[in-house]
Amino acid sequence: MQVNEYKPLIVAFCCNWCSYAGADLAGNNRLNYPADVKIIRVPCSCRVNPMFILRAFQRGADGVILCGCHPGDCHYTSGNYYTRRRMALLFSMLDYLGIEKERTRVEWVSAAEGAKFAETMNDFAQKVAALGENKRLEDLRCKK
Amino acid sequence: MQEINREILISKAVELMENGTANRVLGWGKGEFDYDITPAVFNDANALKDNFVWGDFCGANFSKYLIKETAKGEGKVLVFLKPCDSYSFNQLLCEHRFDREKVYAVGIPCGGMLDINKIKEKCDGILSIDEENGKISVNTLYDGKIELDRNEYLSERCINCKSKKCVAYDELIGENGDVLDSKRFDEVEKIEKMTPDERFAFWQNELSRCIRCNACRDVCPACTCEKCVFDNPNSGVENKAASNEFEEKMFHIIRAFHVAGRCTDCGECSRVCPQHIPLHLLNRKFIKDINSFYGDYQAGETDCGRAPIVDYTTEDIEPNEAVERGDGNA
Amino acid sequence: MRKILLKSIDSLFEKIAENETLYMPQDTKSGAKFEKWQMGAKLSDALNTVRSAKDFFFPQTENLMDFKVEGKNIEVIDTRSETEDFVVFGVRACDVKSFDILDRVFLSEPVDTYYKNRREHAVIMSVACTKPVETCFCQTFDIDAANPEGDIVCYKTDDMLYMDAKTEKGEKLLSTLNDITESADETAVNEQKKVIKERLSKLPLANLTADKFGSGKTSEFFDASEWGELSQVCLGCGTCTFVCPTCQCYDIKDFSTGHGVKRFRCWDSCMYSDFTKMSAGQPRLTQLERFRQRFMHKLVYYPTNNDGLFSCVGCGRCLSKCPIQMNIVKVMKKLGGKENA
Repeated sequence: MQVNEYKPLIVAFCCNWCSYAGADLAGNNRLNYPADVKIIRVPCSCRVNPMFILRAFQRGADGVILCGCHPGDCHYTSGNYYTRRRMALLFSMLDYLGIEKERTRVEWVSAAEGAKFAETMNDFAQKVAALGENKRLEDLRCKK
Repeated sequence: MQEINREILISKAVELMENGTANRVLGWGKGEFDYDITPAVFNDANALKDNFVWGDFCGANFSKYLIKETAKGEGKVLVFLKPCDSYSFNQLLCEHRFDREKVYAVGIPCGGMLDINKIKEKCDGILSIDEENGKISVNTLYDGKIELDRNEYLSERCINCKSKKCVAYDELIGENGDVLDSKRFDEVEKIEKMTPDERFAFWQNELSRCIRCNACRDVCPACTCEKCVFDNPNSGVENKAASNEFEEKMFHIIRAFHVAGRCTDCGECSRVCPQHIPLHLLNRKFIKDINSFYGDYQAGETDCGRAPIVDYTTEDIEPNEAVERGDGNA
Repeated sequence: MRKILLKSIDSLFEKIAENETLYMPQDTKSGAKFEKWQMGAKLSDALNTVRSAKDFFFPQTENLMDFKVEGKNIEVIDTRSETEDFVVFGVRACDVKSFDILDRVFLSEPVDTYYKNRREHAVIMSVACTKPVETCFCQTFDIDAANPEGDIVCYKTDDMLYMDAKTEKGEKLLSTLNDITESADETAVNEQKKVIKERLSKLPLANLTADKFGSGKTSEFFDASEWGELSQVCLGCGTCTFVCPTCQCYDIKDFSTGHGVKRFRCWDSCMYSDFTKMSAGQPRLTQLERFRQRFMHKLVYYPTNNDGLFSCVGCGRCLSKCPIQMNIVKVMKKLGGKENA
């Protein structure tokens, strides 16, 4: 139906306890989400240092999404609260530098929310696809 | 320019050394030219009389030197703190970076420092710079004496001075000033109001000039890691020179992020940048966001407490919303 | 010798740029910078550029080669492209001299072919300094700002630009400009040289000498007690080395692109904590040692290996750019004793 040659590369950092299990559930339930979403499992969303996000862009990602447990449900009690502050500041800074704000996102996905995971990825991939290739945070050396 | 002068500071230092309060002084040392001032450690009254200077170009913030200086051993070091230095001083204490007991801090008022680059744009071949009653008189090689209005040649950070109040000291010379209602976020707001394309073009132009000399990092009182991630070959991101546009951005984003919530906005980064990149505009963006997201916060206001980035509330703003709010247009 | 009216200087640039890429100092937000000439570009009035002219031959970063990895095969790809001829206008006497210093490093065996290639393709049009400033001390190293080296030496008077070809390359370029320039005699230039010499003699650093330093003085200065005091406030940043026209240290690194490797070189600074770090560790552990290395190299080691030639040209960039205002002049005065002050 949709003729769109370009498929964005999405990196999704998923916390081990909620979102990674959510992705698993999406798979078990045969829910569709784009194959170009590459999941990187992290012990907690707060393991993701701003450098990870930038490096993902450097290595060719067109969008980076970070998924963790819902605030209050962190396996380590408060990890995702720190994530929330860090990413609020980082995303605001990226926006300030003129980098498209649609390329970054944080979404809270629990282990029971397989449908939300698939939905989120579909929506995010679509938004990123509309933007086209990441040109503003690319490293030309990494292009094939 | 201000109610203190070189003689007052020297006599204070000599007095404190003679009565045993301190055994050395961290101060500004005379250079080749009037604007050419190097931080120095003075061990006795004679050294002070020969080389100590105080004037319009004593911008260097000594707080970071205290880490090295207090580690040297016995006795207290006397340090003069301008209001903005005192914030960095507190912030370093907050992070337990030096031993407070080994420092005797004398707070001094500051009437703002001059930007030599602005003066050099107007004057070729500067032989001397004198200041009187809000006028600076520059003696030049080719055009004789040039009179300039002092206020027009203040550093950017002094034009937008956030506070004339010394927040840390053992002793104060003169009256303490007040926290000012500065316009330091105006420039940030101006950038926020641009379109994303304009913002991108603006920063591309600024950051592409970076030569990765690391002066901003090395002078920064908040950058006190013993091994910076960008110097560590095992970090995977070590780079000695920004080989391309990505690495320029990466370095400056990460550096600003790493000092977010700890940066006191002393402005040393922009002062030392050989390429005149307005680095303070990155730090101020974080300060402004922290203020608007998590409530007003001034790093270094006290010598204890948690920085906003290592703290949280359950009601914090969501990152996706933060971008909308940070937009200025929304 | 040829001359052209200063107000027609744009036509001179236009003419040169017809055949070759032309670079000249232009004003930017961060001061004067060598930039490619384009229609409408204006020559900067600044005495010197913020970054030195060494960038033309020894750029801050440069890709040396690529490795393509496929299975167990590694293919080495030479990424060099033919460098086209280019002209650099407005190089000052100090920067021209710096090329000589760099040549001795890069063109001695084993020859650095990357450097050599660019060096051979360049025509240097130097300009004598009409208004040297307080940070200038090229005279200390016997460089004459009134008589720069270069393929074509230019002199600016109030209304004229005089051009004198000194090499075959220079002759060739100057002859292509005959249509728009006219023949001139030496009178005005000699007059100009006199003025410059007079001005140079009045500079605050005019009497600074390097006589105390030079070949074979290692043992005299290496353990000097002054290094401690001089280096104690050094921040360890690389500003001085990166704006210096003669600093030539570099590092070669591999960058993994995910599908191959790019081997590049980039400027290094002896002020950095990981400078010349080897598997056995770092040979200079303290900032004192690193600081000493920089100045000993300029004032003692380099002259020892190069017939007494100092590797400082007195351009004064480090004097104006060091964040804490510590620089080679202060080092020379401190170590060279009172008679140098």
